[in-house]
Amino acid sequence: MKTTKTLLGAAALALMAAVPAQAQVLFWSTQAAPVEETQKMREDVLAGFEGGVDFQPQEVGPFITRLEAEISAGSGNIGVVGALHGDLSTYADAWVDLSDVDLSGVAVSEAFLELGKLGTDEQKYLPWMQANYVMAANKQALEYLPEGADINALTYDQLVDWAQAMAEDTGSPKFGFPAGPQGLKHRFFQGFLIPSFAGSTVTKFASDEAAAGWEVFKELWQYTNPASTNYAFMQEPLLSGDVWVAFDHIARLADAFNQRPDDFVAFPAPAGPMGRGFMPVLAGVAVPASAPDVEAAKALVQYMLQPDTQVATLLATNFYPVTDAPLPAELPASARALGPAITAMTTSADALPALLPVGLGDMGGQFNQVYTDTFERIVLGNQPIADVLAQQADTLRSVMEQANAPCWLPDAPSEGPCPVD
Amino acid sequence: MSNPTVDVPRTVSAGGAGRFLIWASIVLLCAWVLVPIYLLMVNALSSPAQVSGFPKSGLPGFDFASLQFFAGFAGVAKALWNSILVAVLTMALSIGIGAPAGYALSRFDFPGKEVFRMLVVMTRAFPLPLLALPLAVMFIRTGLDDTALGLALVHTVLAIPFAVLITFSLFSGIPLELEEAAWTLGCNRWQAFQRVVLPLVLPGIAASAVFAFTISWNEVFAAAVLTIENRTLPAFLIQNLNVSPLHLKFAGGAAMVIPALIFIFAVRKYLFAMWGIANR
Amino acid sequence: MPARFLPYLMLLPATIFLLVFFVYPFIQIAILAVTQDGGFSLQPITTMATHWKFNAALGWTVLLAAVVVPLQLVMALSMATIVTKLKTGRSTILYIFSIPLGLSDLAAGIVWLAIFEQSGFLNSMLAGLGVIEQPILFLGYQNIWVIFLAVVLAELWRATAIVMVILVSGMGLIPKEYYEAGEVFGANGWQRFWRITLPLLRPSLQSALILRTLAAFEVFAVVTALGGTTLPVLMGETFNWQFAMQDRNVASAYALVILGISIAATLFFLRALRVPKGATI
Repeated sequence: MKTTKTLLGAAALALMAAVPAQAQVLFWSTQAAPVEETQKMREDVLAGFEGGVDFQPQEVGPFITRLEAEISAGSGNIGVVGALHGDLSTYADAWVDLSDVDLSGVAVSEAFLELGKLGTDEQKYLPWMQANYVMAANKQALEYLPEGADINALTYDQLVDWAQAMAEDTGSPKFGFPAGPQGLKHRFFQGFLIPSFAGSTVTKFASDEAAAGWEVFKELWQYTNPASTNYAFMQEPLLSGDVWVAFDHIARLADAFNQRPDDFVAFPAPAGPMGRGFMPVLAGVAVPASAPDVEAAKALVQYMLQPDTQVATLLATNFYPVTDAPLPAELPASARALGPAITAMTTSADALPALLPVGLGDMGGQFNQVYTDTFERIVLGNQPIADVLAQQADTLRSVMEQANAPCWLPDAPSEGPCPVD
Repeated sequence: MSNPTVDVPRTVSAGGAGRFLIWASIVLLCAWVLVPIYLLMVNALSSPAQVSGFPKSGLPGFDFASLQFFAGFAGVAKALWNSILVAVLTMALSIGIGAPAGYALSRFDFPGKEVFRMLVVMTRAFPLPLLALPLAVMFIRTGLDDTALGLALVHTVLAIPFAVLITFSLFSGIPLELEEAAWTLGCNRWQAFQRVVLPLVLPGIAASAVFAFTISWNEVFAAAVLTIENRTLPAFLIQNLNVSPLHLKFAGGAAMVIPALIFIFAVRKYLFAMWGIANR
Repeated sequence: MPARFLPYLMLLPATIFLLVFFVYPFIQIAILAVTQDGGFSLQPITTMATHWKFNAALGWTVLLAAVVVPLQLVMALSMATIVTKLKTGRSTILYIFSIPLGLSDLAAGIVWLAIFEQSGFLNSMLAGLGVIEQPILFLGYQNIWVIFLAVVLAELWRATAIVMVILVSGMGLIPKEYYEAGEVFGANGWQRFWRITLPLLRPSLQSALILRTLAAFEVFAVVTALGGTTLPVLMGETFNWQFAMQDRNVASAYALVILGISIAATLFFLRALRVPKGATI
C-alpha cells in the first residue's frame, strides 16, 4: 500500500516537473567547457541566434554516451555537435551532409573544409574554430635562458639547458608539462616532439631518431616539476609560481596572461634536428541525422561561421577564427600575447607542420593512447626506450591497420594503411 | 558546534581521566571532519589571486565574486529544484521498493534468497557509467528521457542496495519473539509490524533515506546523460569543474556542499533523536 | 494468503525494478566483454589482462580497499561508541560526524588536493611554522606511497560517516538491559563492547562492510584528483577504455573484474558475519 502511494506520488511529481520542450537548438559540445567560457558562449556568442540555443558543454563521458544513445535510438534532442576533429571523425556516419549550408560572404579555410569531409565526398562537419600549442614563461625565467638562445627560435637542447639552469639555481624544477589525466600531453608527442626529431608521427615512430627525441625529453623531465602528472591547465601552476616555463594549448594558458599580463611571455615551441614540429587544433560543428530539427541546426552552423560570431568566439574561448573574419583592434591580453607566438611558430623558417590525424574513425582514442602509454612507460616507468618503442609500435601498427588509415603530414602519403617501420 | 564544556557525559566508569579522553577524542574527530570543510570554504570565499597564492593564510578573504558567478548562472534555481525533486523521488522509490525486500530477507528462509541478495549486490558493484548507454537508449525510446522520474529511477538503482541491506540489518537486529508476542496478543502480521517493529527501525530507515538522497544529490554522470531541459544541479553546475579555474572549482564545490549540509541538518532529528524509542 | 508466498511478494517490486533497470542493461554490457565484431571471443579479456597497467590497477584497487575499509571500521566503531555514550550534545556531535555524508567524491578530491598540493594548505602551514623553507612536493609521481596515503586520508574522511551512521542505528537496537546485566556481572567497558556490542551488531557490521567495500572497489574521482594517472585503479581504467579509447568491449571486461572482486568480498562477509533470522532474546 505504501509502495503504491509512493509510486503515485512519484508519478504526480514527475508530471509536475515535465516542462513543455522548447524549440531551442541543443548545442552539445566538448569545447568551451570551463564554466567561464560556457557563460560567455551563452551570453556573448549564442545569444544573437534567432530561436535560441541551449549550449551544453560536457565531459567526454556523458558527451559520448548521450550522443551514441541518440544515434542508436535514431531520435533525440541534440541539434548541433561541437567537438574536436578527432571526436567528430569517430561518428562520421552519423552526420548529415552540410555542403548545402550557405557560406556566401565568409571565406573558410580550404584546408579545414577538406579535413571536414573526413575522407568522404560529403561535408561531414564545418570548421568552427582553431587553436595551437605554444610555450609560456614567467619573466623571472628569462634570466636563466642559455647564452645565445633566442626565445623565438629555441631548440629542444636549449630548453633542457634552460630548465636545468632554473632547477639548479632555484632548487626546484621549474619546467611544467600538462601530463595530468585531463592534460593534452599526447598532442605534444604526436605533433611536436616526435616530428621535430624524426620528421614523422607514425612511420618512424620506433626509429633511432624518435628514440633520440625521447632521450632528450627524458632529460628534460629531470628538470620538470614532478607535479606535472597532475596538471591539466598550465595557467594555474604558472600563476602560482610552481612552474616558470610551460608548454600547453593556448586556451589553457590564457588565464595567466589575462590575470597578470606583464608577468608572462609567450613563444614558439622548440625545434629539433628535423625542424620545428607543431600541430594545430581544429574544432568543428556537425549535425547528427537524429537531430529534432535539421534545418534549425544547419542555421545555427551557418551562424557560427559569421564574422561577428567568430570574433565573439575568440573572445569567449581563446580559439581563433577559421574564416577571414577581421579581428578587432582591442583584444584581451591573452590574444595579444599568444597570437604573435603562434605566428612566429607557424611562419618560422624551420616550421614543420603536422596535420591532424585523418581516417582513424573510432580508433582515434587508441591512437592517442599509444603515445600516452609510451610516455608513461619511458619517462615515468623508466622502462628501456628501445623495448617500449618496439612494443608500442606493434600496437600502433595494428591501430593503423584496423582503421585502414593512410599517412598524413608530416608522413609521406601511403597506399593503404600508414606503415609503421 | 555546541559548547562542549557544558555537556556532561554519561559514562559510569569514567573518572576525570576517562572523561577527558572521551572529550579529547570528540574534539579531535570533529576537527578531522570540520577542518577540510573549513578550508574548502576559505578557498571558496577568496579571490583568484589568494586561491593560487602561497603561502596561504588559512583565513577567508571574504571575496564573494566566485560564489556570485555561480549564483548568476541562468537557471540555477530551476536546477536546484530539479535536484531536490529527483532526490526526493529517489528517496521514496528506494525505501518503498527496498524496505519490504529487506524485511523479507531478514525474516524468511526461502529458495532464491541468496540469488536475490547477489542481484542486489551486483547492482552496486557494476559501474553505472557503462549502464548509462543502454539505459539512455531505452529512455529515449520510451519517453522517460529528460524527466525527473527517469533520472530518479536510475538513481534508485544506485540507492536500492543501501535501502535493502540497511533495512535488512535493522530487521535482523529485532528479536523475532517480539513480533511473535504481538501475534499471540491478536495482532496480524501487518499490525504487529506497524506497532512493534516499525517504531524501532524508523531511525535506520531514515538513515537509508538520507543515503538515497545524498547519492542522488551528488550523482553527476547519469544526470548529465539523461537530462537536457531538466538538468539537475551537478549536471548543470559542476560537471565541468575539473576543467575550470581553481577558484571556481572551490566555489562550485562549496555551492554543492552547502545545500547537502542544510539537508542533513534538517533531518538530523529523524536520523538520530529516536533513542528514546529505540532504547527499550 | 499462504505464508510461503509472502517473502516472494515482498521481493516482487524490487525484483521487477532491478530486472528492468539493472539486469536488462547489464546483460547488454556484459556480453560485450566476450564478443568481438559480433562473435564470441575472449579477445577483450585477453587485451585487458595483458595490458601493462592491468595488474597495477587491480593491485592498487584491492590494496586501497584492504587498507581503507578496516581503518574505517575502527574509526566508525569508535565514533559510534562515543556518540552512544553521550547524553547531551549528542545530536550536534552526530551531525558534525555525519557531515561528509553530503559530500561528493568530486568535492572531496578538490578539498584534499587543496591541502596537499605544492602551494596548498599543508605546505603553507609548515612554512608558517618555519619547518620548511621551500614547499614540499607531496603528490609527485615518484612519491607513489605519499599519493596512496593522501588517497587513504581523503577516503577515510569522505566515507567513514556512512559506516558510522549504519552502526549508530544498529547500536540503537541493542537493548539496554544487556549492558545492565553485563555491569551486574562485573564486565568492564571493554568487555561489554567485545561481548555484547560487537556480537549483537553483526547484522549492521555486515551490511556496512559490504556496502563500504563495494564502494571502495569503485574508487576513482579522489584518486584522479590526487594522483593523476600515477596510481591506476580499476574504475579509472574502465573509464579510460570506455571513453578515451572507446573500446567498449575491454571496458566491459574491466567492469566485470570489479563485479567479480565485489562478489568475492560480499561472499566473504556473508560467511564471516553470518546473520541469524532475527535476533533472539
